[in-house]
Amino acid sequence: MAMITNRRREVAVAMTLIAPFVLTFVLVFLYPTIRMIELSFTNAPLIGPGEWVGLANFKRLLTDNLFYTSLKNNGYFVLLTVVPTTALALAIAMMITRLKGPLQALILALFFLPYILPVSVVTQIWAWMLDFQFGVLQPVFAFFTGKPVPVFKNPYWVMPTVATVTIWWTNGFNVLLFIAGLRNISSDYYEAAALDGATRWQLFTKVTWPLLWPVTALVLTLQLILQLKIFDQIYLLSSGGPFNSSYVLLLMVYREAFQLNHGGYASAIALVLFVLIVVVSVLQFQLLRAGGNKQ
Amino acid sequence: MKTRKLENWVLGIGSLLTAAIWIFPLYWAFITSIRTEERVVSEGAGVIPDEFNLASYIDVLFDTKLLNWYWNSIGTSVIITLVVIVSGMMCAYAISQMRFPGRRLLYGVVLASFMVPSQALVVTQFILMNDMGLINTWAGIILPQLIVPVVIIVYKQFFDAVPKEMREAVVLDGGGDYTLLFRIYLPLNWGITTALAIITFIMAWNQFLWPFLVITTENQMTIPVGITQVNDAFGVYYARLMSVALLGAMPVAIAYLIFQKKVTEAVMISSGVKG
Repeated sequence: MAMITNRRREVAVAMTLIAPFVLTFVLVFLYPTIRMIELSFTNAPLIGPGEWVGLANFKRLLTDNLFYTSLKNNGYFVLLTVVPTTALALAIAMMITRLKGPLQALILALFFLPYILPVSVVTQIWAWMLDFQFGVLQPVFAFFTGKPVPVFKNPYWVMPTVATVTIWWTNGFNVLLFIAGLRNISSDYYEAAALDGATRWQLFTKVTWPLLWPVTALVLTLQLILQLKIFDQIYLLSSGGPFNSSYVLLLMVYREAFQLNHGGYASAIALVLFVLIVVVSVLQFQLLRAGGNKQ
Repeated sequence: MKTRKLENWVLGIGSLLTAAIWIFPLYWAFITSIRTEERVVSEGAGVIPDEFNLASYIDVLFDTKLLNWYWNSIGTSVIITLVVIVSGMMCAYAISQMRFPGRRLLYGVVLASFMVPSQALVVTQFILMNDMGLINTWAGIILPQLIVPVVIIVYKQFFDAVPKEMREAVVLDGGGDYTLLFRIYLPLNWGITTALAIITFIMAWNQFLWPFLVITTENQMTIPVGITQVNDAFGVYYARLMSVALLGAMPVAIAYLIFQKKVTEAVMISSGVKG
């Protein structure tokens, strides 16, 4: 009898412990997810009821050129950021781990500092540096292309520039992860390899790279998911222009919902983005884990 | 031995140079902010500081709602951090140390929500906040930011690792699970708690998209949203734009420089890589 009351009491106490999280989760996460699915089958405006329209939103999406442009730009942005930032962060981390004492702390701080800035601070600074008339970086463009470039109004330059700004902003985080990963590799491996007469390059390919793979996989996964959700920098720097050349899915969700008042259609796009990111995260996680196990 | 020394010098100087290039945008923003507007756009305004003028800082402090934005950012970020840490800790304790129906399901949901993009939910979260009358309120900013699954995941791992013998003294004294959590599990994990709090605070402070959607009046804006308004207010006055950007970044930047070690540790712990 006592056992049963004890058990009941434990369950009751557990319920009070999980209640704050569970209730918030249901309210701001689960309910909006269900609502998003429901709305995607209606023609509702942002605020107010709509009518059931079946798959009309999704059919429209499949014929919407802007959707394909956005999808393509999302992919392009991922290409421009994920692997470059991972490679750059690894190089910087390997440089920093070889430094010692206060110099190491200083250099690490300088590389990490941009990461803790709000996105709008980052975009304000870069917009000023790249200002067409007075930007401090325009001489660099003039040197290579012969004339200043209005980067955020130029369909060729806009995505690479936003990607550069993004890498500058977020790279410090990846550097930290790589530094942690490098510290975890025991120096025994290097000593043994050095005794065998391994070259620098061999040390990297035979020791560092395979042992660091779990961290590399983590960085790649986190970056891929993060960069698929790109919105802030594009909205603040180019608003999707020029000629939609930097339009991305989340920007489309924003425009449809908050500027064009198409709650139903925006929900359909959001649902596609939602599924896309969940599928990519699950797939990539599995793939990278499989790759890691083979090592 | 000699080549070793030379190599260290090359490495040291090389890394200082790359770091200097990396940090140049912040340096340039600072140089711009202490110049007069005329100097900023004049010919030959080079990268060497040649003026020390705080007029644009004074302008943005008094001509914009910056002080309001600070208050909103600090208030909402502190509340978000407190609620996320306390609710996350409680939930993680229950999952780690107690038996109740749905425990596995709950942890599965936490792990899965780690992969769910909250950005995709902004439309329906906005509708929900509107239905609850929370547009342009702190509660509206705060509520959707309260789900930070990584806090639960990290706490659970650390609670799992606490030796079971630690429980006995409290249990013999008739202490329940709340006593255990707040007298044993929390004090043993202060390091993790501060690390998670730092990460949560920085995330909340820098949040752009959600506060940008849910706040439409200038008085209620947070720092990251507010400073984009200065563009519209001043137009292309770059000294002022840089002043407001740097002032907006200052609190977290200073906190980072003071607690550098702790922040580094926090990033590593919360991403599951131990340094």
